[in-house]
Amino acid sequence: MTENQQQEPLQRTCLHERHVALGAKMSPFAGFDMPIQYGSIITEHLAVREKAGIFDVSHMGEIFVDGRDAERFVNHIFTNEIRGMEPGKVLYGMMCYPDGGVVDDLLVYREFEPDHYLLVVNAANIDKDFAWIQEQVKGFDCRVRNESAAWGQVAVQGPEAERYVIDVLGAAEAAKLGFYTFCNLSYKGKRLILSRTGYTGEDGFEIYSAPEGIVELWDRFLAEGVQPCGLGCRDTLRFEAGLPLYGDELSPEISPVMAGLGMFCKLDKDFIGRDALLRQKTEGCERKLVGIEIEDKAVPRAGYPVETLQGEEVGVVTTGYHSISLDKSICFALVGSAYAALDTPLQIRIRKKTFPGKVVKKRFYQTNYKK
Amino acid sequence: MSKIIEGLKYSESHEWVKVEGNVAVIGVTDFAQKEMGDITYVDVPDVDDSFEAGEDFGALESVKASSDLYCPVSGKVVEVNEELEDAPEKVNEDAFAAWIIKVEMSDASELDALMDAAAYKAMIGE
Repeated sequence: MTENQQQEPLQRTCLHERHVALGAKMSPFAGFDMPIQYGSIITEHLAVREKAGIFDVSHMGEIFVDGRDAERFVNHIFTNEIRGMEPGKVLYGMMCYPDGGVVDDLLVYREFEPDHYLLVVNAANIDKDFAWIQEQVKGFDCRVRNESAAWGQVAVQGPEAERYVIDVLGAAEAAKLGFYTFCNLSYKGKRLILSRTGYTGEDGFEIYSAPEGIVELWDRFLAEGVQPCGLGCRDTLRFEAGLPLYGDELSPEISPVMAGLGMFCKLDKDFIGRDALLRQKTEGCERKLVGIEIEDKAVPRAGYPVETLQGEEVGVVTTGYHSISLDKSICFALVGSAYAALDTPLQIRIRKKTFPGKVVKKRFYQTNYKK
Repeated sequence: MSKIIEGLKYSESHEWVKVEGNVAVIGVTDFAQKEMGDITYVDVPDVDDSFEAGEDFGALESVKASSDLYCPVSGKVVEVNEELEDAPEKVNEDAFAAWIIKVEMSDASELDALMDAAAYKAMIGE
């Protein structure tokens, strides 16, 4: 996790008081004092897989881009192709440095107003991203605004999320939203963005609005019986679904091609980092991100060495768990490209012992998105 | 409020020791299991392994983190709680019942360096 633990005081989201009142275990994350768990991570994880859970993700950043060159500009800094995006669509992709390293991974929202886009970025990277965007926007006729502090956000995730969202927001529209689309609603006189997106591998929604409205919505979802969920299970859920976390699986040193996310990089258009990514794709890269499953209950954790069965160190674990939904010990690891093929036997050194395993697909859990 | 049992010895790294003759029965405290959260795996040594006081002998794994276990006294492992292999959650359910290893002590005077219940209670601030 990118824990920017500078000496500055921790920031608080609009829901901070709620977390404390619920007795959450709080911990610094991305410069914010965030809830890790309210009770059991396993209970919270299973609530999202089986029913519905709600997360405070108000720490995420919202950067708005508008103006005559907005489309051309966003397409210049974003790896995915936004030309031809319909209003109300959402796209996942990255911003890259010229060498293909990742500034951040983000969502781009194509707003209903012409030439308007919303970029939703990782909390730890808000300042860095905004500085990067301001640097790149020179010469483009558009305006960029960092409105992160003005927005709260909750994610309601799980197979029953749709029913709860319809009940609480009174928004029958929710049923019609497909995966990676959004609509605009109004709540307490403020704009509310209802987005069918998430970071759990389940169906669900991300809801953005002004902080006062988000606090009220949080209370109402909890009153309806939706399980409050902390960042602990947010990580176990995204991991099982094969989703990367910036700082672990994507970074200035780990490109989208290395991370196996080339499908989100449209190399037939021009964008910052494109040439480097094209080179990596055609010539191959030194390391690749893989999934590894080991034959034991011991838990591979970030930083543990990955070895051949002969004991030669060929990589490192980036995220690992004993999977809650699959009851298997699995991890993401960056390994030398020669060891990245499926079924390659590898072992992981965990404390004083080694545990044999093999390379498996990174999407460990069968996701359940609404098509 | 964590459970603390009178008559046991406690280490700064949150192990408890119950003395049965020359054998130290070792587990982790209720405070430690609460701090860890759901325990998913207990990494235990083999019978006949020897440890010095303060040496790590295994680990507890929760969903989010692993935490090393330290042997409060020197000696040889004479028994490990194999039940924990399939049921690590027993540590959460009752940390004082879910002993982890039994060690035949080589120097029982090391027990004097451990805390009693009152001192441990003061250390964890409860």
